[in-house]
Amino acid sequence: MRMPIFRRMKHRGAIIPIVLLSSLLFTACGGNSPTILNPTGPVAVQEANLFWFILAVATLVFVVVEAVLIWSIIRYRERPNTPAPRQIHGNNTIEIIWTVAPSLFLFAVLTGTIYTMFNLTNISSTNGSIPEIRVAAVGHQWWWEFDYPNQHVNNADTLYLPQGSVVHMDLQSSNVIHSFWVPSITGKTDVIPGHLNQKIFRADQVGEYHGQCAEYCGTQHAHMYFNVIVLDTNAFNAWVSNEQQSARTPTDALALQGQKIFTGSGGCTGCHGIVGVNLNSFDAAKTNSGLSATALVGPNMTHFAERRFIAGGVLIASEGHNWANEPACQLVNGKLANKDNCGLYQWLHDPQAVKPGNDMVISSLSDSQIYALIAYLQSLK
Amino acid sequence: MATRTIVEAPVVERRKRLDETYIGEWLMTTDHKKIGVMYMLTGFFFFLAGGVEALLIRTQLAVPNGHVLSPEVYNQVFTMHGTTMIFLFVMPTLTGFGNFVVPLMIGARDMAFPRLNAFGYWMVLFAGIFLSSSFLLGQAPNGGWFNYAPLSELTSNCGNAVMCTPALNEDFWLLGILLLGISSIAGSLNFVVTILKMRAPGMTINRMPLFTWMTLITAFLLLFAIPSLTAASVLELLDRHLGAHFYQFAAGGDPLLWQHLFWSFGHPEVYILILPAFGMISEVLPVFSRKPIFGYTFIAWSGVAIGFLSFTVWAHHMFAVGLPPIAQAFFATSTTLIAIPTAVKIFNWIATIALGKVSLKVPMLFACGFIAMFLIGGLDGAALAVVPFDYQVTDTYFVVSHLHYVLFGGTVFGIFAGFYYWFPKMSGKLMNERLGQIQFWLMLIGINLTFFSMHILGLLGMPRRVYTYPDNLGWNEINLLQTVGAFMLGLAIMVFFWNLITSLRSGLPAGDDPWDAYTLEWDTSSPPVHYNFLTIPTVRSRRPFYDMKNPDIADWKTATH
Repeated sequence: MRMPIFRRMKHRGAIIPIVLLSSLLFTACGGNSPTILNPTGPVAVQEANLFWFILAVATLVFVVVEAVLIWSIIRYRERPNTPAPRQIHGNNTIEIIWTVAPSLFLFAVLTGTIYTMFNLTNISSTNGSIPEIRVAAVGHQWWWEFDYPNQHVNNADTLYLPQGSVVHMDLQSSNVIHSFWVPSITGKTDVIPGHLNQKIFRADQVGEYHGQCAEYCGTQHAHMYFNVIVLDTNAFNAWVSNEQQSARTPTDALALQGQKIFTGSGGCTGCHGIVGVNLNSFDAAKTNSGLSATALVGPNMTHFAERRFIAGGVLIASEGHNWANEPACQLVNGKLANKDNCGLYQWLHDPQAVKPGNDMVISSLSDSQIYALIAYLQSLK
Repeated sequence: MATRTIVEAPVVERRKRLDETYIGEWLMTTDHKKIGVMYMLTGFFFFLAGGVEALLIRTQLAVPNGHVLSPEVYNQVFTMHGTTMIFLFVMPTLTGFGNFVVPLMIGARDMAFPRLNAFGYWMVLFAGIFLSSSFLLGQAPNGGWFNYAPLSELTSNCGNAVMCTPALNEDFWLLGILLLGISSIAGSLNFVVTILKMRAPGMTINRMPLFTWMTLITAFLLLFAIPSLTAASVLELLDRHLGAHFYQFAAGGDPLLWQHLFWSFGHPEVYILILPAFGMISEVLPVFSRKPIFGYTFIAWSGVAIGFLSFTVWAHHMFAVGLPPIAQAFFATSTTLIAIPTAVKIFNWIATIALGKVSLKVPMLFACGFIAMFLIGGLDGAALAVVPFDYQVTDTYFVVSHLHYVLFGGTVFGIFAGFYYWFPKMSGKLMNERLGQIQFWLMLIGINLTFFSMHILGLLGMPRRVYTYPDNLGWNEINLLQTVGAFMLGLAIMVFFWNLITSLRSGLPAGDDPWDAYTLEWDTSSPPVHYNFLTIPTVRSRRPFYDMKNPDIADWKTATH
């Protein structure tokens, strides 16, 4: 045999740690990531703590075993004139030791696992005025509906939560299996047709968080994001009381024209509802009775303009804006200066180009009809 | 002048029968060695197909908002990547090794049922062609390799409708899987009978080579696991075409039934994919360390323990579906238990290397790489049994990392260790060492670039099975790095095929026993004659060929088994 390329096995020892370490450096890139390692609620905190625990145990085992492996390969490498080694067949004492040793490690981890598992949702409220809140999360292909049965509020794509309240979330689906996940606040629970899964968690810090569907659910599984906005008690109550209002009739002529398109030639009311226009209550906006043929299948639009995400997060208003004040969508003299930059325009112009395979199919609208609809949608605050 | 004309007697020309031509000899063979080689070549062909699918996936995900594949095509490609690699590459290739090597190892002249063996091979080939032909219709399966109902019962454009007429995509998958199941059952029965009934005189169960042990355990796992998959697939076909509703909640069925049936096949399947590789490196390590395997009994019986336990862990794939906590605790415990025999195996392999005389030929490089990489996959597996942590990382790239460390770092490294080891026996030629070393190092670096960083991507919240991702979530650089690593792996595989082709054409002659090995397959010519052995050898220890070559210090004189 010819000379091997890597004569000295030091290289082998060096390469693996270098690769692993260089990968670890990439964690620094994840500044905006919805990482599980930056938890802001007791559920995610316990899950992250278990990660650090298992990481410590696994790293110890990894380093020791790889070191012994690499050392054995180098130390016992064939050299000129190496005599034939002793023919050892085994040793029962050693076998017992290395059966018991990993068992101890593993059962230490298992104890932590089971203890945490049974205590994971054993959490109490830190919010005196709203100790708990009930929300139904309904998975659609491919967007999330959030319904607050006690507040009679119904919203899509954004989950508003009061800081410090214990959230009791009912997970519902009438189509395929989805999975509800907000990495910073809580791990996943699947949303399964016919199964009444529940999630209990608490969000501790005011802010905006990234959430997404985590179970493959069809063509646009990649575009089933939502955001979670955690508000302090006052801000949350203010949000609720605004959400409970019916839509205001627009005063602006263009927006009024848009309302006519919405209820008439645009055909929007076939799927979408607006309380005060084609619905008389938010309970009628629920789609989770989706098995009945008359139920609406699209998101409730009553307070559309305050939203930042639409269509499962495929279009997101720019940072710090909503669709009412999104700079790219401001109408000047009833027109958009640069219509292709406006996500609302793109969506109303050709929803299938923006999100292929989604349920929104509309007859093609003229630019002036789209501008009128944008004006109307922006009035729905 | 008298001339004599020599009149040639007319030659009686008989057309060759089909089985006498070169092609026909392969088409009609029942020889376990030829069938084994055909299994392996078929496996390698689908390895290339699955590899191209992997590179398509990585190309699409190289940058955020990629437009290489449409969402529908991406979903077909990732489904077929998993399905092809598992059912059409790894399983046929491992069966091929078993076919070629096991009868030689146990001193038999062929498998117990040669015609059934050929039948099993042709089923795999036709099922593979059938599954892949779905691409020609643009209707490749798109439900993922675990094909969850009720999504797999709908077409992609069904939207929120509860029931609608399904497209062909999943029919290809279900029927293909049923055909492959028939082949697996046929193959497993054959292995069980061959190994239990056809061993050479003196080869007791406790003297069988460890690759034979692992093949036997795998065969039993298949016999008990495949029926569950078959049942699940048949029920879904009934749902799709005859109006049954086993998985339709609206009509009284339950979507979770699919998951329980699928994973009670699917978890034993994971061990079906890795146990033969355990066996292969248990053959390679002793030969290249020049000493017997350390703790033979423990390696063999920890395999049996894994086999039994593998039927008790299926719901650890389902921690997020909302099972009662007590059930989750049970499956966390069984998953913890199955890690123990796996750890025992790793320690015994390292102890086999230690105190030996280690020759780092290419098979040994891959065997050592196997231990190093499989350890990472195993530790990930133990981490995924930590249920609350699993809630966070299941269905993310963390799991993609785990399964590739096990199946690529584990099984594929094992397959290459085995292939470099037995290639001289199959072909009579040696493979090129230097190309083998280049392939090994490219693979070792490529696998860590591609898959180690997937751990981090999972912790950063990237779900699996998404056809694209936004550019503002901090996932961009890691994804690009993975694409670079994936193409490096592609290059390594090209080096392998180059080595394979050139070695077949002009490799150095191997001789019958190029590695100074211990087991009976090396006591035949390379390649072995049709009937394998002129006289069936008699076995007195676990290393019969070592005994023949070293009669003074034979194992049966010095060891107690």
